[in-house]
Amino acid sequence: MRTLAGTRSLGQAALALAIALFLGLFLVVPVTTVIYVAFTEKGGGALTLINFLDFARTELFVRSFWNSVYVSAMTVVWASALALPLAYLTTRFEFRGAMLVQTLGFLPLVMPPFVGAVAMQLLFGRNGSVNLLLDEWFGFKIGFMEGLNGVIFLQAIHYFPFILVNLSAALRNIDRSMEEAAQNLGSHGLRLFRRIALPLALPGYIAGASLVFVKVFDDVATPLLLNVKEMLAPQAYLRITSIGIDDPMGYVISVVLIGVAVATMWASALVLKGKDYATTQRGGGGLARRKLKPRESFLAYAVVILILALVLAPHVGLLLLSFATVWSFSPLPDGYTLAHYARVLGDSSVYIKNTLLYSSLAAGIDIVIGGAIAYLVLRTKLAGRQWLDWAASTALAVPGIVLGIGYLRAFYGVKLPDGTPLATLWIVIVLAIAIRRLPYALRAAYAALQQISVSLEEAAENLGATKARTVRRVVIPLMTGGLLAGFVTSFATAAVELSAVLMLVQSNSDAPLAYGLYVLMQTPAGRGAGAALGVIAVVIVAICMGLAQLAADRSQRVRGLDI
Amino acid sequence: MSKPAKAVGIEIAGINLSYGATHVLKNVDLTVRPGEFFAFLGPSGCGKTTLLRLIAGFAQAQTGQVLLDGQDVAPLPPWKRDVGMVFQSYALWPHMTVAKNVAFGLEERRLPRAEIDRRVAEALDLVGLAAFAGRRPAQLSGGQQQRVAVARTIAIEPKVLLLDEPLSNLDAKMRVSVRRELRALQQRLGLTTIFVTHDQEEANTICDRIAVMDAGTIRQVGTPMELYESPANLFVASFLGSANILGDGDGISVPAGKRLVFRPQHATLSSVAGATLRGPVTHREFLGATVRYSVRIGGSEILVEVPFQSGGELRTVGDMVGVALPPERMLFLPA
Repeated sequence: MRTLAGTRSLGQAALALAIALFLGLFLVVPVTTVIYVAFTEKGGGALTLINFLDFARTELFVRSFWNSVYVSAMTVVWASALALPLAYLTTRFEFRGAMLVQTLGFLPLVMPPFVGAVAMQLLFGRNGSVNLLLDEWFGFKIGFMEGLNGVIFLQAIHYFPFILVNLSAALRNIDRSMEEAAQNLGSHGLRLFRRIALPLALPGYIAGASLVFVKVFDDVATPLLLNVKEMLAPQAYLRITSIGIDDPMGYVISVVLIGVAVATMWASALVLKGKDYATTQRGGGGLARRKLKPRESFLAYAVVILILALVLAPHVGLLLLSFATVWSFSPLPDGYTLAHYARVLGDSSVYIKNTLLYSSLAAGIDIVIGGAIAYLVLRTKLAGRQWLDWAASTALAVPGIVLGIGYLRAFYGVKLPDGTPLATLWIVIVLAIAIRRLPYALRAAYAALQQISVSLEEAAENLGATKARTVRRVVIPLMTGGLLAGFVTSFATAAVELSAVLMLVQSNSDAPLAYGLYVLMQTPAGRGAGAALGVIAVVIVAICMGLAQLAADRSQRVRGLDI
Repeated sequence: MSKPAKAVGIEIAGINLSYGATHVLKNVDLTVRPGEFFAFLGPSGCGKTTLLRLIAGFAQAQTGQVLLDGQDVAPLPPWKRDVGMVFQSYALWPHMTVAKNVAFGLEERRLPRAEIDRRVAEALDLVGLAAFAGRRPAQLSGGQQQRVAVARTIAIEPKVLLLDEPLSNLDAKMRVSVRRELRALQQRLGLTTIFVTHDQEEANTICDRIAVMDAGTIRQVGTPMELYESPANLFVASFLGSANILGDGDGISVPAGKRLVFRPQHATLSSVAGATLRGPVTHREFLGATVRYSVRIGGSEILVEVPFQSGGELRTVGDMVGVALPPERMLFLPA
């Protein structure tokens, strides 16, 4: 019996070791390299805090830091202002626009904010469509896109669905009697929402808000495309690219970025401690819904349509830009052409090819490692298996730019036999993307495995199948749908990953679509082609999202979980 | 807590309520007298909770009226009804302390802080939880949570008190003590109270009168003893205690459309000779104080419970027996 258990855990241990090696090499080593460099003297090897002191003494960095804090905080404020009324409307009232609002939740996944940045400039900038019309009709302009406001505006529009989705889910999980008890004691309407529903949904709100804060804080490309340089993440990128990978400031900024991400997650965990208000009871059901009166209904639709218009604005702008001949100082483009598409499908098609290759490789790596970790954690008693989960999940706290810098520093010195540095190979880009997306693929794998009852595996073993054969004949077939959905989601989000890629692309021929888009968008002449690439990216991602949904639905049906 | 100035009566007339195609309440008429401890008793799905929620304003009837103290409450939303409801789940807000939970209704009424504090203290005193004011609901036992829910409701000095299966989430031992506490509290406050339950023992032990409900209709209203002694129909007879029911098909003669109904303990076993009801013993169960026999009469099986005397003679399965029944214990009830 001992030998049987022995061989079994030997195989598991080998698997765990392989994963640990991968995570160590491509996550732990680069990140610790960054931290180590930040704390060592330039040129020398002595540990020091001097770099941080320099950081604190440099006015530009301090200003950038506070700008980043301000932009992230204001984005949370504005995103909340957009999300709250929508969450209230869809959970509290019988409202036919609710479905529309819920599908908004997927929009930020379809298109990251930097893709639409230039298009939004053309729509909402000082001489953009909206301001030209405002000026013509009412004689004033609104500085939507002025300086930091532009970043806040764009990020809030992109990220409010994170708050909306989390908040709505939390609101729906509140038992109906919680609200009825308050009504019974004399409370109603907005006051009741504020005193009962909102505090009970606070955990969901905090989860969404902290996510938005971190994402905005770490974003490199969006501020840069809006020509905002005095923010922390862009500073890290500019410092490394302009001064070089030996300058310690880029590393110090990286450590600050990690610190802020960790501190934000820790703070939100602290706030949420002891606040797990899962109140849904048997036979309960969420908040009671009320029918809207005609006037309220009109108002509700007005709010939803306004927000929807804002959310769709980057997409519409991008589409217009991709077909535009010339578009400047006018509400709409002067003329329309297919030339941009011809260009990107012609000589720029390498971007698309690279993206498809990198994303499928990265998603493949993620789903294999994610599935393996999920199996080890949920189904074996291997010592230290939890560490794999933690290690993989720490990728969440590592900004893409930091990972990119880490790869550059850690692998530039590693030379292949022919003398090319490891860091310049395109496979490194794939690995960086895979590490970035791993936490999400891991959650998908957990979800897929958790839905399979252990007794199904025990039944197979009882009938004579070995552990390995049980995995192959029972576990994997049952997980397929969930893993496939995870694969497609990873693929889609990998296709628009930029911040890590930005550091690692050495030549245009190795660049993925997101990088090409970023480069093209820098010049007025490249905008049209950049927008066309953006549209293609959105289409790829949207198709993938649809496929992921389909895969998830199908696997539900196959397992008879459909109700 | 001061007694309300005057206990309030409830009139329910001609209520019909449907959710889509499901007719949940059918022509319900009912009077609850001021100061009464009243029960809605019935199996699950009979509409008793819906009727309670209708009074509180959480359900809307298609026809009929609910009068509180003679006033039609139909136009009033739940928050203007002054009808205190204790929810089956207690619905204590986990983000507030016990004191905050109890203060909620008073704050909504914009009372001065000093009065709120005084009434919160009084209400918590009344349920014996003054020492727990600063705790969170999750830190209390089920019984304590239930008392907080009651304190929260009576703190607003409601016109009537509605209790939705208040004992169902407590263990069996707690139920007995909590139901006594509820009764004592209701007596002290003189508050008109409606208690929803599916447990006849709960209803019998603490309520003045009971409305027995089935499939959306009220089958009978009366004191616990009236319902037991003279049930108006087969449903009430068999829902409160066990009842033997015999009809035409069992070889006995009954008035048209009616059945013969009697309680197992009112019948005795006799010799077969001369007995109208007779048949073989099919089961025998020893219950301690009594022995319960099953006897097949015609196509039905009836129960007869006879006191157990030590050394007394027992019948065995297969014996032919007669069943004797005093005429005053025979009930002829409509189906």
